Amino acid sequence: MIGLEHYLTLAAMLFVLSIAGIIVNRRNLILLLMCVELMLLAVNFNFIAFSRYLGDETGQVFVFFILTVAAAEAAIGLAILVVLFRNRRSIAVQELNTLKG
Amino acid sequence: MYNYYLTIVLAPLAAAIIAGLAGKQIGRAGSHWITILGVGTSCALSMLVLMNMFWGGAVAENISVYTWAVTDGLRMEVGFLVDRLTALMMCVVTFVSLMVHIYTIGYMREDPGYQRFFSYISLFTFAMLMLVMSNNFLQLFFGWEAVGLVSYLLIGFWYKKETAIFANLKAFLVNRVGDFGFILGIAAVVMFTGSLDYAEVFSQADSVATQNIEVFSGTPWNAMTLICILLFIGAMGKSAQAPLHVWLPDSMEGPTPISALIHAATMVTAGIFMVARMSPLFELSTTALAVVIVVGSFTAFFMGLLGIVQNDIKRVVAYSTLSQLGYMTVALGASAYSAAIFHLMTHAFFKALLFLAAGSVIIAMHHEQDIRKMGGIRKYMPITYWTSLIGSLALIGFPGSSGFFSKDLLIEAVKESHWHGQGLVYWIAYLSVLLGVFVTALYSFRMFFLVFHGKERMDAETKSHLHETPAVVTVPLILLAIPSAVIGWYTVGPVLFGDYFGDAIFVKDTQDVIAHMTSGWHGSLALLLHAVMTPVFWLAAAGVFAAWFLYLYRSDIPAKIKDRMSGVYNLLDRKYYFDDLWINGFAAGGRALGQLLWKKGDELIIDGLLVNGTARTVGRIAAAVRQLQTGYLYTYAFAMIIGLTVLLGWLIWLR
Repeated sequence: MIGLEHYLTLAAMLFVLSIAGIIVNRRNLILLLMCVELMLLAVNFNFIAFSRYLGDETGQVFVFFILTVAAAEAAIGLAILVVLFRNRRSIAVQELNTLKG
Repeated sequence: MYNYYLTIVLAPLAAAIIAGLAGKQIGRAGSHWITILGVGTSCALSMLVLMNMFWGGAVAENISVYTWAVTDGLRMEVGFLVDRLTALMMCVVTFVSLMVHIYTIGYMREDPGYQRFFSYISLFTFAMLMLVMSNNFLQLFFGWEAVGLVSYLLIGFWYKKETAIFANLKAFLVNRVGDFGFILGIAAVVMFTGSLDYAEVFSQADSVATQNIEVFSGTPWNAMTLICILLFIGAMGKSAQAPLHVWLPDSMEGPTPISALIHAATMVTAGIFMVARMSPLFELSTTALAVVIVVGSFTAFFMGLLGIVQNDIKRVVAYSTLSQLGYMTVALGASAYSAAIFHLMTHAFFKALLFLAAGSVIIAMHHEQDIRKMGGIRKYMPITYWTSLIGSLALIGFPGSSGFFSKDLLIEAVKESHWHGQGLVYWIAYLSVLLGVFVTALYSFRMFFLVFHGKERMDAETKSHLHETPAVVTVPLILLAIPSAVIGWYTVGPVLFGDYFGDAIFVKDTQDVIAHMTSGWHGSLALLLHAVMTPVFWLAAAGVFAAWFLYLYRSDIPAKIKDRMSGVYNLLDRKYYFDDLWINGFAAGGRALGQLLWKKGDELIIDGLLVNGTARTVGRIAAAVRQLQTGYLYTYAFAMIIGLTVLLGWLIWLR
């Protein structure tokens, strides 16, 4: 029987993977955006799991909202990425260090 | 009389302003005419006031002219107190000033600062009149500072001359020391009486004398003694008493007319006048009087000695002035105020005469002032010679001259004053004024013989031009020689023994030495006939003889004495090291302290450590912290995760 703890474990694994992706990835900004999406999905997993566990549909409604917002966010993120590429001819993360002190 | 007083004061001021601001428009002749007119008016009216006092029976007047401010019950006013003391001073000041104005036409003839000079001396006359005519301490202080300012301006009149600038700065700074004491004294007066007005302060004098003040806890001082000593410190600055005398000889860097007017006849006697004016206060503190007499006797004797080794004609006269001011101070200390004022008056005439005569010689010698390069001038300049002789005889107290009466009676008063019980200091004072007579005769006739008699030591070029100076120079000499010669004879009786000063000078009965001497007074003639029996006469005669013997008869001896006693000579030549004490001690110390505060305090601590130090510390911390900012997205993300984890961990486990 697959219980709540299995779902939560999966969500936590996905979340940590995406964090690792953000931290370890030095090449590609698209990967970074994907990791962010993955992070949101991990959270969605938690929402759904708890929703089922508690018998409350509100959590599932929240997931819809989050997916919608995530889609919009991804669109904006990609747009920024395109502009960035046009300006710098590169999307490598390790070259984006103008904030260096 | 009110309008008279106002005119007396304002006429020189108006003339000074016109000559000063419109000097270019009215020209050289215009500026000397307007100032002479202004001072002449003052002089004529002052004499009228004096005559009214003397023969007209006019009483003292205390008039308030203008209230400047009232603060917390303290009235600050401009006012005139014209009594017999004031009237006498007004006449002396305006008469000498008038003579100097006329003389200046000749002395400054070729000077480019002609109008400026006339403006200054007229302004000086105004300031001095404000000082002597004041009826309150504030106006006294105004006049006091104003004469100091004009003195500063005039010593540095030739402002391109390095030594003159040094001298005027020195005069100004030394006077600051005295003025500091003076203003503290005035502050003490206000503290104890709550008033600046003379009459008000004097009426409370008795109660002040019973109070004590503890400046340092545990040592109560008598309030009156403190007030009097502080005021006297002011007088020491202005009247050049040791150790604040160092500015006066240097002030000779200024033009000769002002040496005569300011640094011999009037301004330097302001201190003497002030103490006499404050007699109701000084009388109540025998301690203060003892201080006065000690300072005076030191100055009188030791400054006279310095005159013997000086070679600059004006400096000899300057040291003589110091010594004579010492005499007046001694008389003040002996409670013989009227003798001091009487000597002040005669001294003003004969010392102004001596200075102007010295100036006349200087003009003829083309501004050569070294008496070793003069000699035998008598036959070239007869008027200067005879007037100088009269001045010198008056200075040494030759029987019959004005100086004889004033100095003889002054010394007599000091001798008699020991009876009121101050003991030793009065004997020292008497001894120093008595020996001072010999010294005075020695240095004045040393100068007289070196300048007018003996070999002609000037170069041929100067000699060919040597002739008597013009009338604008010789007329004031003659006009000053007349009072120098005769004024003593006529005035000694009424001024000293005829109760001339009345209420203007207050002397406690137990200390009234002049009243004590009155019984021995049988008129001028009796005193004159008595002269040969006094030690004063013989000491003066010995001085003249010594001068004749050393500088005319055997002129090789002084050099030998100099070699034999080089220690003493050096001590005198360096003026007892007072200059070194002030310049290398206090002035250099002050500068060193300033340097320390500037370099270490300001530049190092405040600027370096506090202001720039703060900025530098912030910069240094920022430089260290900025190393954390890598600029990479993943570093920031990592930091956020760590932070989040720590925060969550804290929320879950530690709370």
